[in-house]
Amino acid sequence: MPIRTEPVTVNIGPQHPSTHGVLRLRVTFDGEVIVDVEPIFGYLHRGSEKLAEERNYVQVLTLTDRLDYVASMTNNQAYCLAVEKLMGVEVPLRGQYLRVLAAELQRVASHLVAVGFLLQDLGALATPLMYCFRFREKILDLFEMLCGARITVSYMRPGGVFADAPPDFWPALDVLLAEASELVAELEQLLMQNEIVLIRTKNVGVLPLETAIAHSVSGPVLKASGLAWDWRKMDPYDVYDRVRFDVPVGDRGDNYDRLRVRIEEVKQSLGIVSQCVEQIEPGPARAELPFVLRPPAGAEAYGRVEAPKGELGFYLVSDGSIAPYRCKIRSPSLINLTVLRELLIGWKLADMIVTLGSIDINMGEVDR
Amino acid sequence: MYGFGLAKGLMVTLKNFINPPFTTQYPEERLPQHPRFRGEEFAWYEERCTGCASCAKYCPLGIIKIVTSPSETAILEGDKYNIDVFDIDIGRCMFCGLCVEACPYDALFMGSGFERGRYQREELVIGVDELREAVKRPSSWFRPQLEEAQYDPHTGEPLAWEEVGREQWPWHQGEKAGARIDWRPRRGGGEPPEDGA
Repeated sequence: MPIRTEPVTVNIGPQHPSTHGVLRLRVTFDGEVIVDVEPIFGYLHRGSEKLAEERNYVQVLTLTDRLDYVASMTNNQAYCLAVEKLMGVEVPLRGQYLRVLAAELQRVASHLVAVGFLLQDLGALATPLMYCFRFREKILDLFEMLCGARITVSYMRPGGVFADAPPDFWPALDVLLAEASELVAELEQLLMQNEIVLIRTKNVGVLPLETAIAHSVSGPVLKASGLAWDWRKMDPYDVYDRVRFDVPVGDRGDNYDRLRVRIEEVKQSLGIVSQCVEQIEPGPARAELPFVLRPPAGAEAYGRVEAPKGELGFYLVSDGSIAPYRCKIRSPSLINLTVLRELLIGWKLADMIVTLGSIDINMGEVDR
Repeated sequence: MYGFGLAKGLMVTLKNFINPPFTTQYPEERLPQHPRFRGEEFAWYEERCTGCASCAKYCPLGIIKIVTSPSETAILEGDKYNIDVFDIDIGRCMFCGLCVEACPYDALFMGSGFERGRYQREELVIGVDELREAVKRPSSWFRPQLEEAQYDPHTGEPLAWEEVGREQWPWHQGEKAGARIDWRPRRGGGEPPEDGA
């Protein structure tokens, strides 16, 4: 007698250790094979876009820290670029260098979190994650020296950064950069030749380039699919046109490529930081702007950066008052999450967790 | 070939096993904090504060409450307002430091600590009396004059109001703190002028 089977629907999340926040996945299984996935989000919705409409242009900056809370510096940068476009302000060169320096350190920290949690999802409980966090801790320590906070930095301001780096920041940064090459070598030794990592990630969760473009995916997920799409190269903001770096691309678009692209980006980011240290010159770090900004009425601006997770954009509309009339946030995590369904159908439960980890979403940014 | 990669990975683990631990045992050991650290115990100097409420207006969450009344007694020393209420509700504070940035008279500073945990929400409101009596170890966040003096709130002495300001700034001259510094009796005999300083 044949056994009667039927698909089973399982809720994973919203409280689950491997969904990277309060994400709920409604998954339909046929045995162990995934038939359908529906990501359900909104559990962390705080209404940042609406809250921005009743705060002035500098106060909104503190909201941006809380979008992608593992990469606050790039959020600050994207918002400040949008406000500067709105106001038509030129940022002093030293301020631009400090921004790029902070943003690239933040990219290293964010990718370390992504790689560490991907390994955690693979079942390597805590140990490789702690190796990554150990180095991230040193970067956060530098942020504390720079701006007094580790996660919610509020470092940048429209018109530059709030203050120049303290004098003891530069020796500490040199020590960090000297230690960084050892970290990257250790990560590569631990990951890139590890059989378990290779078996679990190679040719798993393959994202073809056409699907990636159709879902307007960006960041490391798109780069792993084989397209060198990086706003730092295509539309250089701040001083990215003055530093040399490569955009790493993958060839298959599987989980392994996404992991490898992130580790390559860490290397490139460290290179950018050391170039900034060489090139930076004394000068003002912040443009002379009033506390309360009043952009011209009817002005619109879209500021975008290549955040660690993809293209992060702020679209601001001004009505001539001290607060934005509309603030739209284009968050990369939300848009990268939409491709999850295409990636997962036909794979097994254990691959689902790994694929979700390799997309590297952040729920603070998905739900805003 | 299986097993070789396992040995390589274990070598990394072994190396980290031999290395000294990176973690610190928090209540017994403490990491050094940086002078710019934005901490909880706000340092507020009443002698400098004019009650202008710039900090309250600039707070993104609106958690600073200031009530003032015209001062009768100390007007000759530059006091125009008494500060009756100066409540900072740090239960909702996100320590962005914009209030400190907005203060034009260097009267409000971020603190340096992080251990102000309480059991009740009401106890998290820092009132004016607590601010007056607190030991003031201001953070050097957004205060370049403290950074130039290389003041470290964790090792340095508590600072009095005369030591923390930027008196070379034009809008400090003749305002509350400046008036106190520059105030001299204009007529002989030490009698204060009738129209105020």
